[in-house]
Amino acid sequence: MEMTVTDVEYVARLARLELSLKEKELFAGQMGAILGYVEKLKELNTDGIVPTSHAVPMENSFREDIVFSPIGLEKALANAPDRAGSFFAVPKVIE
Amino acid sequence: MNIFNMTIHELHTALKGKQISSVEATSAMLKRIEAVEPNVGSFITVTPEHALAAAGKADQLIAQGACELLTGIPLAIKDIFLTEGIRTTCGSRILHNFIPPYSATSWEKLCDCGAVLLGKLNQDEFAMGSSNESSAYGTTRNPWDTTCIPGGSSGGSAAAVAARQAIATLGTDTGGSIRQPASHCGCVGLKPTYGRVSRYGVIAYASSLDQVGPLTRDVADCAVMLGALAGHDPKDSTSVDTPVPDYSATLSQGVKGLRIGLPKEYFIDGLDPDVQKAMDAAIDTYRRLGAEFVDISLPHTDYAVATYYLIATAEASSNLARYDGVRFGHRAEADGLLEMYTKSRSEGFGSEVKRRIMLGTYALSSGYYDAYYVKAQKVRTLIMNDFISAFADVDVMLTPVAPTPAFKVGEKINDPLQMYLSDIFTIPVNLAGTCAMSIPAGFSAAGLPIGLQLIGKPFGEETVLQAGFAFEQATEWHTRKATI
Repeated sequence: MEMTVTDVEYVARLARLELSLKEKELFAGQMGAILGYVEKLKELNTDGIVPTSHAVPMENSFREDIVFSPIGLEKALANAPDRAGSFFAVPKVIE
Repeated sequence: MNIFNMTIHELHTALKGKQISSVEATSAMLKRIEAVEPNVGSFITVTPEHALAAAGKADQLIAQGACELLTGIPLAIKDIFLTEGIRTTCGSRILHNFIPPYSATSWEKLCDCGAVLLGKLNQDEFAMGSSNESSAYGTTRNPWDTTCIPGGSSGGSAAAVAARQAIATLGTDTGGSIRQPASHCGCVGLKPTYGRVSRYGVIAYASSLDQVGPLTRDVADCAVMLGALAGHDPKDSTSVDTPVPDYSATLSQGVKGLRIGLPKEYFIDGLDPDVQKAMDAAIDTYRRLGAEFVDISLPHTDYAVATYYLIATAEASSNLARYDGVRFGHRAEADGLLEMYTKSRSEGFGSEVKRRIMLGTYALSSGYYDAYYVKAQKVRTLIMNDFISAFADVDVMLTPVAPTPAFKVGEKINDPLQMYLSDIFTIPVNLAGTCAMSIPAGFSAAGLPIGLQLIGKPFGEETVLQAGFAFEQATEWHTRKATI
């Protein structure tokens, strides 16, 4: 399957990735080859087959509604690249 | 005997008999790690202080007469398991500074048994790879031949067992990531049934496929580890609440009358002649032990790799969306939020991870979702049905783990499709959600280990372990040691 640099740029934007031109060209070739390979699934007639999203058939799984201690503010924020008081700080969202 | 060569059950006997303390055993392992690590590179982080403190505690328990099978045993775990207070990278640059605020249930369960943590093991980045070459922390080498890959993604977990840097280790298996490195490094590796072991605190790659399991020197150790790991966890809603059998108690039941299936799609022309030879010899061994062989077919085998690389990448693209630089992990300098997401991710992820996120994003994107993702989910149903039909007639299946022994470092890194195809015999098991184990079954002419795969019914780990144990009692492949 043909995958162009423009296709790669479109997908990269959806995935929040920024690629160099070299990476884009490399990925276009490699993704094209992989997508070409997966085309073989089209050989199979899957009309009426129910898709599987989960290998073990399970109903909704609930646990007892019991209060337990949360992880705590300091622990939750310990890995924050930037914080402001009890919040995660991020760069400006609105211009 | 050198402590580092011991199995769990041998070291347990020595600890219980007070011939050796856990602190002595742990110190011996730490020395061993230091000595061979420059040649192998199994670890991302070694944790000597934690190890010696835990060993000291274990010795107190042992002095009080409380010596369970894992009490005081020095283990190491893949760097995909969250360990509270100990850096967890998942082999990625994006988590180079991540100190988890809580621990994975599977690791906590081993700690509760008194196990000692030697460190966190190298792996392919986010468990995406079959060679450990995608790690951001260097490529682990195969202890049997350091010019070869150890397999992946739990390459560090397999290499550490083979190089005797840990008595046993933990790995994860999404498409073969425990079994393939176990096969390449000559150790035992079990992927339990989906739902058998909790995945709480295990960094997610493909959530409908990921499973936790042990890598050990022999099948008896594997049974001990699985017994400690298995069971329902209220924190993992996909873990199944079925009773955990005493895997060790039933190990020696033998294989007389056991019906072993040989799926014809797994014995293909492209199979390496040394691998074929090892499989033929294993079949002879099982025949001698009284097992019966049945020719079976898993007709959709040829579609498994394609199915996997759509489902796994789609799930990965969604799971890895959380790495955005906001709450933890690497954050790039940026003026705005969108730029921060994009830059943090682009700087933090390696090539293979980017490629899989891209593939998954494409498969889920508008206009392609039905043609790729839903189609793959439907084929997954066909693959699962293959297993259900075949298991109506057999107790276990015997197949190779990988079509070839370990390949050279660098050999497949530039051809992702060829790399993906090396998982052709392990991937169907994950798609079907059942269990399978790799056990040592011979060596290639070049001296590289070859594993055989025993595939069990869902929650049929007991039978798989029994079959593996019987083979191990009749052969000595598992006793050979890499000279490193």
